[in-house]
Amino acid sequence: MQQVTHIFKKEFGVYFVSPIAYIVISIFLLVTGWFFFSAFFLFNQATLRGFFGLLPVTLSFLVPAITMRLFSEELNVGSYEILLTLPVTSLDVILGKFLASVAFIAAMLIPTIAYPITVSFLGQLDWGPVVGGYTGALLLGAAFSSVGLFVSSLTRNQIIAFITGMAICFGLTLIDKMLFFLPQSMLGFLQYLGADFHFQNISKGILDSRDILYFLSVCFIALYGTYLGMQEKR
Amino acid sequence: MIQVEDLTKYYGDLCAVDHVSLDIKTGEILGLLGPNGAGKTTILRMLTGFLRPTNGAIRIKDYAIDEKPLEIKRIIGYLPESAPLYRDMLVYDYLSYVADIREIEAKTKFARIRNMAELCGLNNVMHQPIGELSKGYNQRVGLAHAMMNDPEILILDEPTSGLDPNQIVEIREIIRGIGKEKTIIISTHILSEAEATCNRVVIINRGRIVADGSTDTLGQSTSQGNLITVVLQNADMESVERGLHSIRGIEDISLVNEQGDILGIKITCRHPEDLRGEIYRRIKETNWVLLEFHQETKSLENIFRSLTKEI
Repeated sequence: MQQVTHIFKKEFGVYFVSPIAYIVISIFLLVTGWFFFSAFFLFNQATLRGFFGLLPVTLSFLVPAITMRLFSEELNVGSYEILLTLPVTSLDVILGKFLASVAFIAAMLIPTIAYPITVSFLGQLDWGPVVGGYTGALLLGAAFSSVGLFVSSLTRNQIIAFITGMAICFGLTLIDKMLFFLPQSMLGFLQYLGADFHFQNISKGILDSRDILYFLSVCFIALYGTYLGMQEKR
Repeated sequence: MIQVEDLTKYYGDLCAVDHVSLDIKTGEILGLLGPNGAGKTTILRMLTGFLRPTNGAIRIKDYAIDEKPLEIKRIIGYLPESAPLYRDMLVYDYLSYVADIREIEAKTKFARIRNMAELCGLNNVMHQPIGELSKGYNQRVGLAHAMMNDPEILILDEPTSGLDPNQIVEIREIIRGIGKEKTIIISTHILSEAEATCNRVVIINRGRIVADGSTDTLGQSTSQGNLITVVLQNADMESVERGLHSIRGIEDISLVNEQGDILGIKITCRHPEDLRGEIYRRIKETNWVLLEFHQETKSLENIFRSLTKEI
């Protein structure tokens, strides 16, 4: 467990040493802030639904940008060899990197707490959906991180890791939007696979165990895939 | 300390390491020599547990490598080829990270980092990003990384590549200094380096061991004879051949160069006789002037070339 902490600290620190952190956070705040507030005053409602509604799409392309370097860069530079010959297990490495990415997403979400605070001055804000929304955002971020980590462990090229990761995350987000031309019998199943479907449930303020279980199983499957990918390289 | 049995590694169909067996004792400084692509790096990567052998067993101390990988990683310090380090990190941050992962106690950590910086000459670059360092400094950071926890086994893949001659001498001294109680494995293709630092040399060609022994015994074991170079004034090739040919044990006399009346010749002798005395006596009988006379002992370079030459 201690090794996980060391790897976590190092990975999290490296984000803020290089310009990635500042670029990703700025883009995130610009995009979400612009889309949220440009529609907010038209609706004239004290709710954050506009912000959370857009979050799965924004995270779909930002999270792979955060995770793309985690393994690909190490494979490309060769530091992967050093990492694995230090006294750490594959599990330490995966968990350390995964937690660093989740913590980074949390750091990215923290400035947006200004939105609900602003809104609460303008009208009667229901805090339930806000808390649910942030919980869901973290779970969604964790699920996308694990997918991004998995893709990153497969290639030494960061651009491939980014684009493939983005494609998978968009697929998970949009899968329940494309259901209208599919037969009735597959509807329920495919809807259950959609990340957006589960996220919107949580962001209404309903913490359903099925939704939480969905995000945790995406994490588990993708992280286990990463583990298998690492074993394959030996 | 390290027992390697029947180690084999295939990359797809390509056989990189072919049934290699080795027994390395504590206190040995082993030089792994071989041409490019001979399998040196692959062997080292398997010893460190980074690659899994296709076949064969590695035992380090009393652990089999696939049963106790963590215990083995704890006692091995490894510097991979060309020291691929995190380019974004500062040297100090990196060494501190390695110290943490190596489970060095917080109390002794800073002293240890300072020690390593001193030993590897890193004091001036501690607060620079690794990516901005020159190749030599990068290599030194890698060395500091490998020696951080004072490991019992030190594995260095081409440790002196990219260093200037002064640094090479320093690194050799460090290696020889710590090599007294540790086990060190160095891969290199610089032969003089192996000669200067190692007390045992293993030559590898196409994944197989072709020679194994101390630098001295390797020289004696090869069958090729001694070479004697003689430079004479006031002589001609014909009379030299006539004068020396009758000495028993001389296999061949060949002309190397001729400048005016100065004649450079090479005499190949049958192993293991020493014919220098006899040759000198013959020359003394004539009126040739002896300008140069020396016997080449078979160098590691010759051994290496004769063993790894492509047929």
